Amino acid sequence: MAYIIKTALELGLLYAPIPLALFLSFRILNIADMTTDGCFVLGAAVSVTWAAAGHPFLGIPMAMAAGVLAGFVTALLQTRFGVPSILAGIITNFGLYTVNLMVMGWSSNVNLLKTDTLFTIFARRASFAGAYSDMLLVACITALAAAGLIWFLSTRLGLSIRATGDNPDMVRASSVNPRFTTTVGLCVANSLTALSGAMVGQYQNTVDINSGTGIVVIALACLIIGETILGKKTVFKGAVAAIVGSVIYRVIYAIVLKTRIVPIQGLKLMTALVVAFAIAFPTIRDYLRFMHKKHMASVKSSEKEDK
Amino acid sequence: MLEIRNISKTFAPGTVNEKKALSGLSLNVKDGDFITIIGSNGAGKSTLFNAIAGSFFVDEGSIFLGGQDITYLEEHKRSRVIGRMFQDPLKGTAPSMTIEENLALAYLRSSEGTSPFSRISARDKKNFREQLSKLGMGLEDRMRDPVGLLSGGQRQALTLLMATIVTPKVLLLDEHTAALDPGTAEKVIELTKSIVEGGHITCLMITHNMKQALNTGNRTFLMNNGHIVLDVSGEERSALTPKDLIEKFKNKVGEELDNDRILLST
Repeated sequence: MAYIIKTALELGLLYAPIPLALFLSFRILNIADMTTDGCFVLGAAVSVTWAAAGHPFLGIPMAMAAGVLAGFVTALLQTRFGVPSILAGIITNFGLYTVNLMVMGWSSNVNLLKTDTLFTIFARRASFAGAYSDMLLVACITALAAAGLIWFLSTRLGLSIRATGDNPDMVRASSVNPRFTTTVGLCVANSLTALSGAMVGQYQNTVDINSGTGIVVIALACLIIGETILGKKTVFKGAVAAIVGSVIYRVIYAIVLKTRIVPIQGLKLMTALVVAFAIAFPTIRDYLRFMHKKHMASVKSSEKEDK
Repeated sequence: MLEIRNISKTFAPGTVNEKKALSGLSLNVKDGDFITIIGSNGAGKSTLFNAIAGSFFVDEGSIFLGGQDITYLEEHKRSRVIGRMFQDPLKGTAPSMTIEENLALAYLRSSEGTSPFSRISARDKKNFREQLSKLGMGLEDRMRDPVGLLSGGQRQALTLLMATIVTPKVLLLDEHTAALDPGTAEKVIELTKSIVEGGHITCLMITHNMKQALNTGNRTFLMNNGHIVLDVSGEERSALTPKDLIEKFKNKVGEELDNDRILLST
């Protein structure tokens, strides 16, 4: 059991930058960024390729830079060429499949055999951490990413990005260029997604062309779980919620895997239902309130008639 | 400070909906002028503001602000030196950001020479607090509250502060009290007067309240059909009553002043 929790924690922290990215693109900028799936694989592919070439450390910033490019393409399509934002992400994501294959040397998976990765190097250096060195490293990187994002969102540029998603009317009349802020926001978000891919690739010593499928929905579920527990009022809370949600999701996943309460093949459907319900919740709640009000009003008027 | 030469703007040209919103309009606003603008429905008041702020480019003519030709400068670039407020209190602030963050954004984007990664300092925060307390709405103790929790009047007062926290070259107020209840509107107008006059800010204000138009500022424009038909200031202006103004409009244009809201409020 302890092993399961440990693995769940590690995976939760490894994948946490993606809900963090969606916190920026989906919550703050109000854009459902479909680039995420392909961008995750891109990050993993770049990082593994660099690690295979003997540069595991360089692989991380290179993966993030690739993520920035992917985000830039999506942003360019929607801010300059009028492509609807969801479609822009889907198009980029589709094209990334080929790009990812190219990065992986036209092979559908790449394995790191007997190659040093971030994790093997760190385990040797930080021998005091023992079996927890992986977790320590991942926790540090993810915490750094979250802290960086929180700091960034308090700068002039960050505040402008937040205002862009919050009140487009205000932004149009102020000296913020919404095209620019949307672009920067999507670039930063995708660099975070790629960072997660980069870590996962080296952690698992492999990258598969299909490893990103559906990751945007899972990350959304993580974000929603975290927000339900911690709230989303401030940037700090939102960022922490993304990480906590990611860990909780992996723990739930591990429990399901272990106990088989739900057949493991059913997990994706369950995740989809959770996400759909969570996003639909405010609408459902308003509808039920309205029906209740209508019912109460009709009860009252019939009471009057009786008198 | 602001010089407009012969600008024209036609919307939907060549269609049945063609509308000449501004036709050959010229004006010269001196540094520190506080001008009130009044006019009939569709006279082009808001269009004039949109032209100055750069929401669209004019078809003809040119606009100079502080000696610089801004005719074809993009909206977000000129708004660094142009403060703007709308009738709708929801338009000027970001609801899920706190009062402090809204002010920080307004302050940082208008300050000269700040990098994109600049942040506000403790001294700036203290300055925000002082400025907020001048509004007399208790907002200085709620700096970490999201703006979405504030009332319309409070939001409009905050927007006014945001628009003027770094003195703009020109401030455009488009009926910024029209959506507020009379008591709050009065308060926001008083605040506007004290901030604009106290800071010697060059300001243009659209209003539908004749009395307000004559009591506020130092100059009044009367607009009709994309033109400025009357430009009064000085002694001539101080002797005017709302009735005189309606009379003058009739003489100049040859028709009744057609603005239901003006007539209701006089």
